[in-house]
Amino acid sequence: MKIVRSALRRLDIWDILLVALLIAILVMGSIQTPYFLNATSFSLMFSNFSEKSIMILAMMLIIIVGEIDLSVASILGLSSAILGFLFAAGWPLWLAMLAALISGGLAGLFNGLLVTRVGLPSLVVTLGTLALFRGAAYIVLGDRGISNYPDAFTQFGYGTIPGTLIPWTFLVFAALTAIIALVLHGSWVGRQLYAIGNNREAARFAGIPVARIKLLLFVVSGLVAALAGIIFTARFSSSRADNAVGFELDVITVVLLGGVNIFGGRGTLLGVLLALCTVGALRSALGLADYPDQVQSIIVGILLIASTLGPNLVRRVQDAILRRRVAPEQTLLQRSTP
Amino acid sequence: MDTETTVNTHVTSKASSRGLARMVARVGQIRELGLLAVLGVVVAFVGVQEPRFLALSNIEQILQSIAIIAIVAVGETLVILSRNVDLSVGSIVGLSAFASADLLKGNPSLNLWLVFFFGCLLGAVLGAINGVLISYAGIPSIVVTLGTLNIYRGIDFAIAQGSQVNAYDVPESFLSIAANRILGIPLLIGVAAVIAIVASYLLRFSRQGRQVYAIGSNPDAAEIIGIRKARIVFSTFLLSGLLSGLAGVLWASRFALVDSHAASGLELLVIAAVVVGGVNINGGTGSILGAMLGTIILGTIQSGLEILRFSPFWLQAIYGAAILIAVTLDAVITRRVGRLLTERRLR
Repeated sequence: MKIVRSALRRLDIWDILLVALLIAILVMGSIQTPYFLNATSFSLMFSNFSEKSIMILAMMLIIIVGEIDLSVASILGLSSAILGFLFAAGWPLWLAMLAALISGGLAGLFNGLLVTRVGLPSLVVTLGTLALFRGAAYIVLGDRGISNYPDAFTQFGYGTIPGTLIPWTFLVFAALTAIIALVLHGSWVGRQLYAIGNNREAARFAGIPVARIKLLLFVVSGLVAALAGIIFTARFSSSRADNAVGFELDVITVVLLGGVNIFGGRGTLLGVLLALCTVGALRSALGLADYPDQVQSIIVGILLIASTLGPNLVRRVQDAILRRRVAPEQTLLQRSTP
Repeated sequence: MDTETTVNTHVTSKASSRGLARMVARVGQIRELGLLAVLGVVVAFVGVQEPRFLALSNIEQILQSIAIIAIVAVGETLVILSRNVDLSVGSIVGLSAFASADLLKGNPSLNLWLVFFFGCLLGAVLGAINGVLISYAGIPSIVVTLGTLNIYRGIDFAIAQGSQVNAYDVPESFLSIAANRILGIPLLIGVAAVIAIVASYLLRFSRQGRQVYAIGSNPDAAEIIGIRKARIVFSTFLLSGLLSGLAGVLWASRFALVDSHAASGLELLVIAAVVVGGVNINGGTGSILGAMLGTIILGTIQSGLEILRFSPFWLQAIYGAAILIAVTLDAVITRRVGRLLTERRLR
């Protein structure tokens, strides 16, 4: 309850605009086709975002502390490849899944160590590991595809909870969202993340273990990406080395669209969830109207730029008004000082 | 850590500042010499096992295959030196490639100079849009260019509508441009070399070139001493777009087959090449020469792996490892030099 109230207090102009946009999309979509505004369509809408939605949550934490992880889609591919390789080699599925998760965590640890111990910028590190981890996926699996997964597993990927239209993967997302809501907005750890993002040096002097927290976040990001890899494998019933190529851009786009500052220190879970719903609804509405993926991306790209441009313009207008009000006094002051 | 070293290198007494400048210049030279050494090792390693690798025709082929990336990398270097990043270059190359090939398909009798002019202009306009949003609307470059990466590629798709331009759709004279030779040098390599040399000269000796470094080292300080930051940053994005537009036309000429996927993901290759070449992702240090060496090293590694019959599956992993090793070494060396400077100052 307290979290909800504090989240409501943090609602800013951009969040309200996102809500308005979301409503507009829902209205337009339902005018356009009766198939848009029903439960099946929503169920499918989420299903298409299963992997991205959880990767978005982890990416949000990384960007709030002022870092970035470009390698998430490659970690997804690598964990999917390892899962497929081990499963094809006769490992029991649960053990192969565990190994996939661990590999994701190790990949994240590798990123984190290069960033926190060697002191390299995360943009460069994860650009390198974007290629490295994807390459590792190709080394593991080559151009093979593993697809003979058991039904129970694929059912987890695209099936819904019996009697409802809620996809199983939504449970994963909901659980992660709840945890992150508690950590980010309801605990001292969350405040430490914002402190690091606002001023790393000041946070360090305040006794916050900056390096350790960042390392941990990169591991979390790797683990979540591996989890997304398992979901992706289950949903398409296939492990391929090129699974989910290019997802990182979509994931980062949604996080920034949600009002998270690219330089860290600002952004809320609520904003990111709103952005996720907006992009999901937009893509679904445009998809039903037969617009291809890439054309939908034009609008997502424009929204991304608008998300920063809008608040900037508002601030500039406010500044101009303020300056005009202050200006006469200033000229007086300037005259009085020779 | 790196903030400490920058503080240390900046806080030096006036007397030792000339020595410091010499030291910094030497570090720059060491960095480029280091890149040359790496290139030498790669070439020797592959050449010993497969002498064909050292044949002039193969070297020419390597250079030809990286020329387009090199042209884009020149623009990206300018952008990164000013502490920005341009993620939209791949989409600009793709859009320019398709639009110019499509233009020729519709008007086969069009003067080829006009096609190149069109591609460059298109790229410049797209780059200018980036520049306006970054310089004058104050949006971080990574946000703007991530957005325009999507937008420009989307426009490419909307124009193409799933179609593609094939080799038989465009005049033979257009396709032979990339293969043409001037004074015995393949045109593609010549164009890339001229652009790199001109940019290198301007960056080192022109006022605006020095201002790019000043902005990248300390944007606020640059503004205080009167550098028109917005205008310079705008220009770097304009140039990056223009060069990408040119690269797009060359792409269409070289590969003959253009669809709306052309050059997607190129931005990562370009940034990787620039970073391997020792250009600091946080701006302020690096050179065109370094970026070109970075491009050549990555191209040579790729060709070497192919000629040694490495499985293509290893290619990407080795590529990634090369990027990480390069930046790690660079960071370690920079830190060592920084410590050396501090010790000297204390003495």
